[in-house]
Amino acid sequence: MIHLHRLSVRLPGFSLKSVDLSIEQGEFFCLLGPTGAGKTLILESVAGIVSIVDGRIIVSGRDVTGLPPEWRGVGIVYQDCALFPHLNVEKNIHYGLRYHNGSNREGRTRCRDLIDRLGLASLLNRSVMTLSGGEKQRVALARALATAPTVLLLDEPLASLDPCFREDIRDLFRSLHRETGLTVLMVTHDFTDAHSLAQRVAILNDGHIEQTGTVDEVFRRPSTAFVADFVGMKNVLPVRVKNGTLSIGALVLAMPGENGTHRFAAIRPEHIYLHHAPSGVVSGDGFAGRITAISNQGLLAELAVEASGVTFKTVMLASSLMEMGLRQGAAVDLHIDPADVHLI
Amino acid sequence: MQPGRDPLVWLAVASSTVIVAFILVPLVEMMTQPTMASLKETLMDRDVIRSIRLSMVTSGAAALIALVFGTPLAYLLARHRFPGKKILESIIDLPIMIPHPVVGIALLSIAGRNHPLGRLMQALGLEIMGTVTGLIAVLTFVGLPFYINTAKAGFEEIPPRLEHVSRSLGASAGGTFFRVTLPLAWRHMVVGGIMCMARAVSEFGAVIIVAYHPMVAPVMIYERFTAYGLKYSQPVAVWLILVCLVLFLLMRMISLDRKATA
Repeated sequence: MIHLHRLSVRLPGFSLKSVDLSIEQGEFFCLLGPTGAGKTLILESVAGIVSIVDGRIIVSGRDVTGLPPEWRGVGIVYQDCALFPHLNVEKNIHYGLRYHNGSNREGRTRCRDLIDRLGLASLLNRSVMTLSGGEKQRVALARALATAPTVLLLDEPLASLDPCFREDIRDLFRSLHRETGLTVLMVTHDFTDAHSLAQRVAILNDGHIEQTGTVDEVFRRPSTAFVADFVGMKNVLPVRVKNGTLSIGALVLAMPGENGTHRFAAIRPEHIYLHHAPSGVVSGDGFAGRITAISNQGLLAELAVEASGVTFKTVMLASSLMEMGLRQGAAVDLHIDPADVHLI
Repeated sequence: MQPGRDPLVWLAVASSTVIVAFILVPLVEMMTQPTMASLKETLMDRDVIRSIRLSMVTSGAAALIALVFGTPLAYLLARHRFPGKKILESIIDLPIMIPHPVVGIALLSIAGRNHPLGRLMQALGLEIMGTVTGLIAVLTFVGLPFYINTAKAGFEEIPPRLEHVSRSLGASAGGTFFRVTLPLAWRHMVVGGIMCMARAVSEFGAVIIVAYHPMVAPVMIYERFTAYGLKYSQPVAVWLILVCLVLFLLMRMISLDRKATA
């Protein structure tokens, strides 16, 4: 397990601000956030690579705050793998053994098992410079696991891989985690990684954690406007909620039972429905709108629709767009189901 | 546009030719002027051999001192940010910029009885004026920036993540240096050593202030030139250049990255 208690790190032009985070034993935890949010900095703080200015770091019940990296029992795999270029595959994998009773049978057996498990037997004498991206990741993983760390840190390990390798390595992470029961903290900005691997996630923004929870919680019920936007709710709009009605600018939506201090409404683009309304007449619960922009993204088309001064973003199949004859400037009947509106 | 028709390419070729000629013509002229007999005669001259050997030994010692004391400093500069780093880097570059007789005068000014360091050196039996120790001190002074800057560039080329991973795998800072950093940076360190030594071999201005005797090769060439003229100084210069050429070529070959040249 990993516990970060009020972790603060200060770098020129950036700081981590009193981060609290708890990752349970055997959990696969993903740290998500935009570039420059401080994800890797948290990872390197746990590994002891960067100096912290305040806070405590507990790894597997041990306070490792003041310990050097080599005493923390933490393995790390970077996006670029950071394989030692002057050593071949076998020497890379065996690198840490001498510091962990590697000469004993247990260490050697563990290495052999990892080499077999990760399909590296035929690569042992190869220079690491000649490996493919997927092979490099497997070697980096074997090297990190060879020392039997209590915690494994993964820094965007899939980001630089070709899509065909990415799925293989994702499967590998999943099965290795299941087999070893290791606590894993992975940094990523890819939602697919979080969906397919993580039990819980935390969203990081500008050096602080915005929200922590299960993948479903964070993606369906974001707690801040930033998280809503980050997880793809492209319509994050300021609102007023009063006596069961929701006002988005001049638009009013009935939301029975709602009467609170919510400041934003977050709506996924796929939850905004359009019907062609060339005459400008809309159905009872719809809003009259006009398409202001269409951007084609292959199978899908992204549309901006303006209704009573409010701009909504929506997506639809490019084929549906053609069938409905919708073009820029077309009048539409815009529908929002109140059940799809998430209030923040 | 094809490269052959690009006027910029022709301009580059022309200016390169002028530069190469500017370097090579005087050297080739000097190398080819002495007769075989005069070269042979010079090679038999014990004073010449002694001065070339002294140049090599003192310059090699300077490079070795730079390697031992300069490596930690080069690593510190490559890996860490700290207040005053730019000032420290400028201080390291100072020996390149200041006139070399000034270096000699500066070293002598701390070696005298009036300076606490001078008194300490005398107590330890270290003499600077007119000694091999003085020669090595002055050559180290002028050669250090060349070693430190080259070694620092070598350390900077190594991604810090390699060292981070090594530490996470259980290696200490020292273990990481010797198992990861050194095997990846040694070529730069050797090249830095060569540059430091090359600079030391060619030093004249600081040497004549601190130690005219024992006579290193550049001082001997100068003395032969002033006492006997061009004809007598040229063969010594040729032998010094040849010895340096062979030595530096050997060291370059050792430090050559075979993979990079394959």
